[in-house]
Amino acid sequence: MSYAELTEKYFRPGRLPHIWCPGCGHGITTGAIIKAIDGLGLDKNDVAVVSGIGCSSRASGYLDFNTVHSAHGRALPVATGVKLANPELNVIVCTGDGDCTAIGGNHLIHAARRNINVTVVLFNNNIYGMTGGQYSPMTPTGSKASTAPYRTIEQPFNITDLVQAAGATFVARGTTFHTAQLVDLIKKGIQHDGFSFIEVVSACPTSFGRANKCGSPGDMMKWQRDHAVMKLAWDKMDAEKQAEAKAAGKFPIGVLFETNAIKEYTKAYDEVIAIAQGGKK
Amino acid sequence: MSLKIITKRCKGCGICATFCPKQVLAVSEIEKIEVVNEEACINCGQCEMRCPDYAIFVEK
Repeated sequence: MSYAELTEKYFRPGRLPHIWCPGCGHGITTGAIIKAIDGLGLDKNDVAVVSGIGCSSRASGYLDFNTVHSAHGRALPVATGVKLANPELNVIVCTGDGDCTAIGGNHLIHAARRNINVTVVLFNNNIYGMTGGQYSPMTPTGSKASTAPYRTIEQPFNITDLVQAAGATFVARGTTFHTAQLVDLIKKGIQHDGFSFIEVVSACPTSFGRANKCGSPGDMMKWQRDHAVMKLAWDKMDAEKQAEAKAAGKFPIGVLFETNAIKEYTKAYDEVIAIAQGGKK
Repeated sequence: MSLKIITKRCKGCGICATFCPKQVLAVSEIEKIEVVNEEACINCGQCEMRCPDYAIFVEK
């Protein structure tokens, strides 16, 4: 099926054009999600898309699946409930850096700790776009934002390391430039039986780009091309070279961590239900 | 016509024009994408793949 036909099939009729600004990477990320779902041959009724609040979270309103547009930062609690109520559903969470790592930060680490089988797609545009360009926990140190007109002094989260440490069993990072790889990462995340986290390095030309003189939307995509390093190449660098690359703003992309050693939450819960109903102690 | 442009969806961000290897596309005065050199198009699909607005498709 061509991409044009996919957008006809998976977007709700009459919802395009979307509200995202010119050059916003979220459209590409949402496109990657529908390509991944179609690639896996999932039925629309077997997919639930849950989102919080923010630019990224508008995605659920456009997509023609079971969807919930929940409260700010609370996409993961809602997704946890959806998954527990119906473990057969493929639950995909569309969330932004502000939504997921700031107001929803605690929900994120605990969902990861529980290893519940939901796929989190973090649309990371480094800023709160919708509310006017305030800096988020993912804004790089030294960037300008409407709440940091003289540059932010805070360090951003290394969110992939954070969720891995919290217990996520599939952790990946992609960019909106590397679209084919991004589709593949989302597919792997959906297939993985456990908490899957995919950070998508997206671009906000309107709020982040203008404040930080990043150039045109095309220039911001070229920045992703020039700063993303494939995981295989990254692993071949020694510690010194990796430190140099990090200092130059480079980052690894690909599957960063994966394990099947930990039991998935709904499966573990089913076992507890069986014990409780069987009268055993 | 191998390129299908849905003008209503286009916001004129120019990403497709930036990545077009043959300079087939350009952003017009009214900030919509337009085909300026159709013969040069090689159907590579860069524009379709990179468009954040689902506004341009390569029809084969």
